Amino acid sequence: MRCGDFKETYVKDEEIFQSLFVKFWLGVLFVFLIIFPFVANQYLLYIANMIGFAVIGAVGLNLLTGFTGQISLGHAAFIGIGGYTSAILVTRLGFSFWLSIPFAGLVAAAAGLVIGIPSLRVKGLYLCIATLAAQFIFEFIFVHWESLTNGITGINVPPPAIAGFEFNTEKRFYWITLVVVILAVIYARNLVRSRMGRAFMAIRDRDLSAEIIGINLFRYKLSAFAISSFYAGVVGALWISYLKVITPEHFPLLLSIEYLAMIIVGGLGSVLGAIFGGIFMTLVPEILSFLAGIVKSILPGREAIFEPLKNVIFGLLIILFLIFEPRGLAEIWNRVKSFFRLWPFSY
Amino acid sequence: MDYQLSVNDVHLSFGGLQALNGVSTGVNEGEIFSIIGPNGAGKTCLLNCINRFYRPQKGSIKLEGRDLTRLSPHKIPGLGIARTFQNVELFSHMSVLDNIRLGAHIHLKSGFLTGGIYFGPCRNEEMNLRRHIENEIIDLLEIEQIRKSIVYSLPYGLQKRVELGRALAMQPKILLLDEPATGMNLEETEDMARFILDINEEWGITIVLIEHDMGVVMDISDRVCVLDFGVKIAEGVPEEIRHNEQVIKAYLGEQDLTLSRLG
Repeated sequence: MRCGDFKETYVKDEEIFQSLFVKFWLGVLFVFLIIFPFVANQYLLYIANMIGFAVIGAVGLNLLTGFTGQISLGHAAFIGIGGYTSAILVTRLGFSFWLSIPFAGLVAAAAGLVIGIPSLRVKGLYLCIATLAAQFIFEFIFVHWESLTNGITGINVPPPAIAGFEFNTEKRFYWITLVVVILAVIYARNLVRSRMGRAFMAIRDRDLSAEIIGINLFRYKLSAFAISSFYAGVVGALWISYLKVITPEHFPLLLSIEYLAMIIVGGLGSVLGAIFGGIFMTLVPEILSFLAGIVKSILPGREAIFEPLKNVIFGLLIILFLIFEPRGLAEIWNRVKSFFRLWPFSY
Repeated sequence: MDYQLSVNDVHLSFGGLQALNGVSTGVNEGEIFSIIGPNGAGKTCLLNCINRFYRPQKGSIKLEGRDLTRLSPHKIPGLGIARTFQNVELFSHMSVLDNIRLGAHIHLKSGFLTGGIYFGPCRNEEMNLRRHIENEIIDLLEIEQIRKSIVYSLPYGLQKRVELGRALAMQPKILLLDEPATGMNLEETEDMARFILDINEEWGITIVLIEHDMGVVMDISDRVCVLDFGVKIAEGVPEEIRHNEQVIKAYLGEQDLTLSRLG
């Protein structure tokens, strides 16, 4: 019986996936993700794409809020900036979609740098309000800078293509989403176990001591804003080319709050938590709709009650999570893992 | 000027409160230099000035001839000054290893590209760092069994050790220790004194120590400086300080009690 993992080299000890068991299940997950589009229907693929976008955005926001401790209510604005950058580059300047992704990220990152400047003076809720201002400013720009954004009519965007092959169905787009999700997650996970990620966490835990060990707060806080906004920009570019249209209504304050909810429910300061949060916040409303549909067929004529009840239950679920599992889904995952690792001798 | 770290006529005030009033002193390379004084004497303020948390209104602080008073706080570690705090200031949600690794921040190079890719230069750097930390710091401080524990779950005495470890990872020339033995039992205090002596002798790091435990101060210090109400009232080898009238008066005002306290 296994009573511990013994490592003989530091390289082995620093691996993310520590045991063969974990690597095996990771392989299973990967195979599942590859097979999934061939067996799933349109609706499931739509949900999978939505989960993908949510996961990328949540991982990005978690780098800023969960790891660096800078609360941001402007995430939707950065997604919007990425979306508009991509849309404008593709439709007006004839860029290919693929090239527009990094540009969307970079422009959003530049906006993030500017919005992040107040973080050097204000912390916590005060910073939250400063980023809220960003949300409103950019929403206003999206609506009113009509020569650039077409205002509320929006911009129609062609689907991405490689050599005539158009990614215009749920299934085809799934591959793009999958690749970007994997890259985004790997990058974030590596970043948080190297020098820069540690500096982020140091700033979150105690900024005074971060400074005395030589961390330049100015530089690292802004870096966190830039990287997080880069993620948001990439999500924006993907999302609008998936929807094939962009309008200002896609990026309301509510979306920013949803992203915050994702990382809180999933687990602040954990890449895995952001993934769980993205899945949870996308999947649960769909499941509730599905249940509401069943109830509707059993009790016809009562839709008026069950439709709003869906939102109530969703809200209730989030509240229960905050009360009973304040450290998020990632913590539940850890507990389950350690239960099986220690079973049957849990001491 | 033969001092490694020299403090010249430093004045620091908060509103009407004069925390430091023209303090001048100096630390020689390789010595253990203690700063003692009653509560509120300005000991920690002096360290905070050296660290640049506070900017003195007047006077200068020089490390090997270079003035520190105009630098920003995060530049100080790069010059070779590390410190620990009176109330442990660790990164409480991170593991012991990560805390110590953070101490080496200024000596590492990976940024947002190499760090995100990880494999290659960043991994080599991390592994060298890990080896250095394990062989030099964790071994010295005898904290092998807690290296992966989260800091907030550790008892106070161990947290103090981890904080010392983090400061050592900075590979400093001068180490400022603010009450490293406060709140510890006899055994832990002796361990701490042993670590300080080891660090000083084996690594050749200059130590500036603030401590209330007179046993420790008198035993391990090369020189002692006494502050009272922001003014330096005495400086010298422990033996001189022990018999200095002014120090005895400042400390308790009553000679018999003081003598018992100063040993």
